[in-house]
Amino acid sequence: MASIVKMNVNGREQEHLIPDSLLLIEFLRDRLGLTGTKRGCDGGECGACTVLVNGKQRLGCVTLAKSVSGQSVETIESVETRGRLSRLQQAFHEKLGTQCGFCTPGMIMAAEGLLRDNPSPNEAEIKEALSGNLCRCTGYVKIIESVQAAIEPGGVSP
Amino acid sequence: MNPPIKNTVVGARVPLIDGVEKVRGVAKYTADLAPEGALVGRILRSPYSHAELIKVDTSKAEALPGVVAIVTGKDSPFPYGIVPIAQNEFPMAQEKVRYRGEPIAAVAAIDEATALAALDLIELTVKELPGYYNAKDSRAVDAVQLHDNKPGNIERDVHNSFGDVEAGFAEADLLGEDDFHCEEVTHAHMEPHAAVAEYDPQRDHLTFWSVTQVPYYVHLMLAQCMDLNKSRIRVIKPFVGGGFGARTETLNFELVCGILARAAKGRVRMVLSREETFLTHRGRPAADIHLKLGLAKDGRITAVKAEMAQYGGAYGGYGIVTILYAGALLNALYDIPAVQYDGYRVYTNTPPCGAMRGHGTVDMRHAFDTMLNRMARQLGLDPIEVRRRNLLEAPTETPNGLQITSYGLPQNLDWVEQASGWKKRKGNMPKGRGLGIGCSHFVSGAAKPVQWTGQPDAVVNLKLDFDAGITILTGAADIGQGSSTIVAQVVAEVMGLDFSRIRVISNDSAITPRDMGSYSSRVTYMVGNATLHAAQKLKARLIAAAATALETEPENIECLGETYRVIDSQDSGISFEKVVQTALIDHGAITERGTFTVPKAFQGGKHRGGAVGSTMGFSYAAQVVEVAVDTDTGEITVEKVWVSHDCGYAINPLSVEGQVQGAIWMGMGQAMMEATRFHEGLPLHANFLDYSFPTMMDSPDIKVHIVESMDPNGPFGAKEASEGGLAGFLPALAEAVAEAIGTEINDMPITPDKVIEALTKKRRADKKRKRAAS
Repeated sequence: MASIVKMNVNGREQEHLIPDSLLLIEFLRDRLGLTGTKRGCDGGECGACTVLVNGKQRLGCVTLAKSVSGQSVETIESVETRGRLSRLQQAFHEKLGTQCGFCTPGMIMAAEGLLRDNPSPNEAEIKEALSGNLCRCTGYVKIIESVQAAIEPGGVSP
Repeated sequence: MNPPIKNTVVGARVPLIDGVEKVRGVAKYTADLAPEGALVGRILRSPYSHAELIKVDTSKAEALPGVVAIVTGKDSPFPYGIVPIAQNEFPMAQEKVRYRGEPIAAVAAIDEATALAALDLIELTVKELPGYYNAKDSRAVDAVQLHDNKPGNIERDVHNSFGDVEAGFAEADLLGEDDFHCEEVTHAHMEPHAAVAEYDPQRDHLTFWSVTQVPYYVHLMLAQCMDLNKSRIRVIKPFVGGGFGARTETLNFELVCGILARAAKGRVRMVLSREETFLTHRGRPAADIHLKLGLAKDGRITAVKAEMAQYGGAYGGYGIVTILYAGALLNALYDIPAVQYDGYRVYTNTPPCGAMRGHGTVDMRHAFDTMLNRMARQLGLDPIEVRRRNLLEAPTETPNGLQITSYGLPQNLDWVEQASGWKKRKGNMPKGRGLGIGCSHFVSGAAKPVQWTGQPDAVVNLKLDFDAGITILTGAADIGQGSSTIVAQVVAEVMGLDFSRIRVISNDSAITPRDMGSYSSRVTYMVGNATLHAAQKLKARLIAAAATALETEPENIECLGETYRVIDSQDSGISFEKVVQTALIDHGAITERGTFTVPKAFQGGKHRGGAVGSTMGFSYAAQVVEVAVDTDTGEITVEKVWVSHDCGYAINPLSVEGQVQGAIWMGMGQAMMEATRFHEGLPLHANFLDYSFPTMMDSPDIKVHIVESMDPNGPFGAKEASEGGLAGFLPALAEAVAEAIGTEINDMPITPDKVIEALTKKRRADKKRKRAAS
């Protein structure tokens, strides 16, 4: 079965005829070419495909594209504004919150979702919110520092 | 050879040169490439652990509409493998399958669904054979051989003895002897395996993109297994999502993808599932260790004797190297007068093991340092003090012929002792808490490459052209460890320029000079040195050009980066761009080449296998781990880790910290939770839920201290920073847990069930003792 879905992706209205079984991650990567959202596992284990749906963290690999019809989806590609990195992006870059970079888009989107709900989380809150996002390079220390730098005044370069 | 450091770029906390692409999500990894009209490639994998392959019938699959090509073992009867003398693997199985998951055939089809349907139509006729899943069963006298030329299912046995071990034991005041078992672990890099192959049937050329750490070896093996001239192949490495050793040899899916693209006469994109990525494996083998250690009552080590059997999986891979590493690096950390090692690399019917961070050294280090900690306690000595009594003094040569040129272990011990409050706290921890120490070391690049060519260990080209930008052309594979950043820093430092004039192009065999790749922590040391050499030559050339322009001699010219001028003159000099223009007159674009070759003196002992473990510079690390153990549930929490790492000199302290934290944390995963598991060869943990590694919730703060021992031969004094710290975590954790629960656990990982079992045993023993006493 196929359906026409309409959704807002990164500020643009999209209307596509897609199979009902198409996953959101497939829709984003294969149909829209938004390859910043990564597939790291076989379903719901690693968080690399974290995007925001209506501002909330969601895993693209266990979400049917059809199920978010009519909703608003944000991916890593939407985070910078007019060539300017977001504070989170700047912090992950400056503080080495990224090494191989594969978990980074999902990690930044998960952190973005957290900061919208809670603009000044403490360390425990950061850990809890990002615990579904696996990283194999950093030991997480510099990821936590990156999120902290993003919320501290003067924590990142202007 | 090392230039004075001005600390403008080298020594500074420089973010990754490719970090912005990563945080923007625009960095393209192999699976992000979507070549026009690419077919989907999928692999049929063996459902048998061990079987004779009598027939692979692809006729029904071939008849399926949408199937473009099907290949089997017949399409590539050429063996491959990383060690030239031990190549016994084929891209797809030949007459036998030896593990569940081994590739048997592959399909290229117009889409995923068709490819999967075609795999279901391939029919196998087999005769099953008994499977062996541990070293003991494989080595049993009546076991069927996995490989005809490997009696006893032993890939390699190693028997080395240096110094008089029996005299050492006779001299000891305390002997310790015990068995240790470490489970198999795997890299679990975040990016699943993927490859894209584009075959041009008119030109008989192959262009190949893959997730590899070693594009050069992939190039060689594609040529070998496709019987295709090397000049007809181009290998490109996109961004790579981690490696940790998984991708330091050519992997079966890469070869299958190339073979499939040729059969399909077009483009094939092959993206493996996470389960298939686990099956491709190449991780750290499970190991049985028996270790005997002698200590004098003042804590001096008198001798060690170690035996290890590694469950290597079904093919050779790096096996010979891994089993040699385990014995070789018993040396070079502490001063040990007598070392005996007996190693057995055993074939098992499981996915082949390979190189994983800390290659070969980790499990043996766990056994050794755990025994050292325990015996220190038995002698009433402080484990840190015991290590101080067994320090080496650089420069020195170990009994097995390894060269030590710089040695920061004493400073490492001082720092972790002080930072952790060790002296006051160790032995006085509250109930359920403990502190432990472990030390470890690793090579800064294997001194002798596995494939000897006579070429330099590293070549780097610097291209300078009309745009006055410097393009660094290197084959060094940046897999997230930051190698591109390091080479850019070296050039920027020497030239006095900032990154705005510098770009790095790495890993396109058509453009960049051959590099052996990212493994054995060789890149900063070897490629860094080659880059330094190239940059110094380029600078000398520009100084000569500036002298021409300023009508003086080169020795009178001072390079200020963006300006060149006559030394001590009040003149404003000439700009970098003007100097470049002058240098290009009558010559055109400049390519300056730098090389680095490890001298023979560093290539290890003369005994068989003596090259393994040899390097120009060993890194050293010490760490203290603090734990809290819940004695009701057996749950261990690592509260904090203090680690001090001697990386010679930190070209990029930010990167060094990141690498050390990552290594320590990976050691923590192995020590506390990670294990691949098989039921009769069927993988039980081939996903991130069952193969669990620490999440952010499980992960402690890791305080890193950098010791700079200024290696005499490293670039700016630098040595490796990415592997050396990992191994020490295991014994440090074991010691901390022992203090917390009052009893010992030898086997890794130390999971809650092992804690509960150890506590139960202890309670029973205590009761028995009490009863006996009353």
